[in-house]
Amino acid sequence: MIQYEKFTLDNGLRVLVHPDTSTPMVVVNVIYDVGAKDENPDKTGFAHLFEHLMFGGSINIPTYDEPLQVAGGENNAFTTNDLTNYYCQLPAENIETAFWLESDRMLSLAFDKKRLDVQRKVVCEEFKEHYINKPYGDVWHKMRELAYSKHPYRWMTIGKELKHVEDATLQDVKDFFYKHYTPINAILVVAGNITPDAVKALAEKWFGPIPSGTKYHRNLPVEPPQTAPRSAEIKANVPIDALYKCWHICSRLDDRYYVTDLITEILSGGGSSRLFQALVKEQQLFSNIDCSHSGSTDAGLLSIEGKLVKGVNMKDAEAALMEEIHTLLQKGITEKELQKVKNKTESSLAFEDMSVMSRATNLAMYELLGDAELINTELDKYQAVTTEELLNESKTIFNENNCSTLYYYSNN
Amino acid sequence: MKSTIDTKLNRSTPPYIKDAIEFDLQLKPCDKMVLDNGVVVYAIDAGAQDVLQMEMVFYAGNSFESSNAVAAATSYMLKNGTSTKTAFELNEAFEYYGAHCSRTCKHETASLILHTLTRHLEELLPVIKEMIADSIFPEEELAIYKQNSKQKLSVNLQKCDFVANRLIDAYVFGEDHPYGKYIVAADYDALTTEQLKDHFNQYYLNGHCIIFVAGKLPGNLFDVLNNQFGKLTLKPGSSIVTNHIVPAATKKYRIANDPNGVQGAIRIIRDFPDRHHPDFMKMMVLNTVFGGFFGSRLMSNIREDKGYTYGIHSYVQNHLQDSALLISTEAGKDVCEATVTEIYKEMEILREELIDEEELLLVRNYLIGSILGDLDGPFHIIGRWKNIVLNNLDEKYFYNSVKTIKTISAEELKELANKYLQPADFYELVVV
Repeated sequence: MIQYEKFTLDNGLRVLVHPDTSTPMVVVNVIYDVGAKDENPDKTGFAHLFEHLMFGGSINIPTYDEPLQVAGGENNAFTTNDLTNYYCQLPAENIETAFWLESDRMLSLAFDKKRLDVQRKVVCEEFKEHYINKPYGDVWHKMRELAYSKHPYRWMTIGKELKHVEDATLQDVKDFFYKHYTPINAILVVAGNITPDAVKALAEKWFGPIPSGTKYHRNLPVEPPQTAPRSAEIKANVPIDALYKCWHICSRLDDRYYVTDLITEILSGGGSSRLFQALVKEQQLFSNIDCSHSGSTDAGLLSIEGKLVKGVNMKDAEAALMEEIHTLLQKGITEKELQKVKNKTESSLAFEDMSVMSRATNLAMYELLGDAELINTELDKYQAVTTEELLNESKTIFNENNCSTLYYYSNN
Repeated sequence: MKSTIDTKLNRSTPPYIKDAIEFDLQLKPCDKMVLDNGVVVYAIDAGAQDVLQMEMVFYAGNSFESSNAVAAATSYMLKNGTSTKTAFELNEAFEYYGAHCSRTCKHETASLILHTLTRHLEELLPVIKEMIADSIFPEEELAIYKQNSKQKLSVNLQKCDFVANRLIDAYVFGEDHPYGKYIVAADYDALTTEQLKDHFNQYYLNGHCIIFVAGKLPGNLFDVLNNQFGKLTLKPGSSIVTNHIVPAATKKYRIANDPNGVQGAIRIIRDFPDRHHPDFMKMMVLNTVFGGFFGSRLMSNIREDKGYTYGIHSYVQNHLQDSALLISTEAGKDVCEATVTEIYKEMEILREELIDEEELLLVRNYLIGSILGDLDGPFHIIGRWKNIVLNNLDEKYFYNSVKTIKTISAEELKELANKYLQPADFYELVVV
């Protein structure tokens, strides 16, 4: 059980406190309810670019990083299609520094032109490093465009193209800030060696005076059910052919999410999983094969990707993969297999909970999903999954009309 | 809208802080046990979760291999078959209990690392014992390993960072040195099960071993470890071979690897002594200022001011013997040369000018704060102890490092920069 207290400031900022006296540190985590899915389709990559600008000085403080480092702290942030999260860790004695810094950048940024110019370049280099200058680096851009026709999960967090990032203006930055970076659209989690009373006092002092802002109500296009298989081919300068297949799955808050998560573990959660054993070890058609899901808030994707052994025909590899899926749909899974993936889930959750940082971030994410208490009910939901549910959900997911396939061919 | 803000709150002045250098850092002592065969177990019992990590370190790294790739292949294949279990069965033995057993192979050492819920430990230790006492290295498993490793290598060789990382170590240590050599496809082709069996026999079955355990430990830990491992033919202590460094004659390299590349991997390196040298701890501080954290000189100039890169770092490589100081970044193809120039410029500033007290205090506080954060939790603490044990140091090393961070002067750092940050001593490489 993760113990925490929750209260809401008058301006709407939700605050959660998770005391843990076994550590000398505190973690201050602020999540904003905005991600790449909230971007204009012509200005993608902006939520993430904006995250970089949050470190460029706020209205009263010229830089974020230096005062935190002086206080013995470290920080970072990440943006996904669903949310933007900022976190720092510092010695508990210096916690007020984190409140001072985080509240000032929620109050207002410095909106410095040079900062924007430089961070546009930095993000372009990040884009190149991860998505252009790497073999197969473009595959998830292509896959999202194939699998989604309407929903803004069509683009990656980094953005559709470099040009969108290059074209961002200071006005875009200001508009985005005032729309999304307000107490009513944020959640503050403080975890570590601190009492709820101390956090209450600090939160009132530093965040209390910030104007509430307007609650952002998203109205995103709903992805229509896919009614026919989709596929595309890529030819590129890569050494080996690769196969990517995706199927639409339920949203994060659907109870079937837990079933879906376990399906991915059954298929490729380790050296004794089905796809690895059949396709990499026994038939030797793939040199690696992985199954995962996007874990997104709105309905996401389950994907299977693998590199083909040199000389193996793409259609043969695909047929063998589909044969494994077919076997799953025909025969289901055994109780022992289900117990194995449940045990693995229990173990991963326990390892995750070792870090105060991870507990803080998870509390913030669950609160954003609607209820922090989900952090304490996850395991029970996984434990309750039955072999029958797993089979039924597999049948729903692995319908050929629900599938998108990318054939990635080597030019060499 | 902003008029509602409480004007009494002064947001421009930082709150009072306790300087991190005032903190009294303590490394939690490590329990030490000796198994019947003399193998030493270091243990840290801490943490609230019912989890445990056990690492068995063998002196079986690539320093000891009879030919290229043998050590890495042996390490990998420890989980690919014993006389009673297939690779599938070994994997399932761990995975059924939600546990994970990984292998790593470094230059001197190669480890088996178990992560498990504490309550399953006794079910899993016999499986580990089988792997280290009875691995059989089946031909067909080796064939799959060779094929898939070659495929992975062919993909990696398209990446400028991968190519640069291999070459730069070869320049500074020499291609025959364990720290400098690298694996090519032909090395995989040449592997035989006989080589693996020999390596296994000498360096695992009859090898030197040290065990590190951390987490919520069971009360009978010593007994269960001794029952499983105490009778094996393992030897206590370490085994180190010294290798001769043969650095390259040429210092500067520009390599074209990918005609469509849009970034270059920049690596700049020089030799540096190991942890026993008095300059090592001092360099931890100088390196932090130079390129060791987000607020470093390199990061502030090359990322935060010029936007040439997503990230730039410098660090002292984590070797047990001779080490090296490396600067590493991926920068836009058109700004690679400008980046190299700026790196040398930052070295020059550190040689010519004293670091001011404000920046030095920031770095001291940052370093102490990060050690404080890093002493949090059993896995971090055992990691510190492992570093101390494998480098043949004692806990004084930890307290001396803390003291160095708190007290080193700007003059000493400038002197150190003049000794080690001389461009003529560096090898320089850009791979596009």
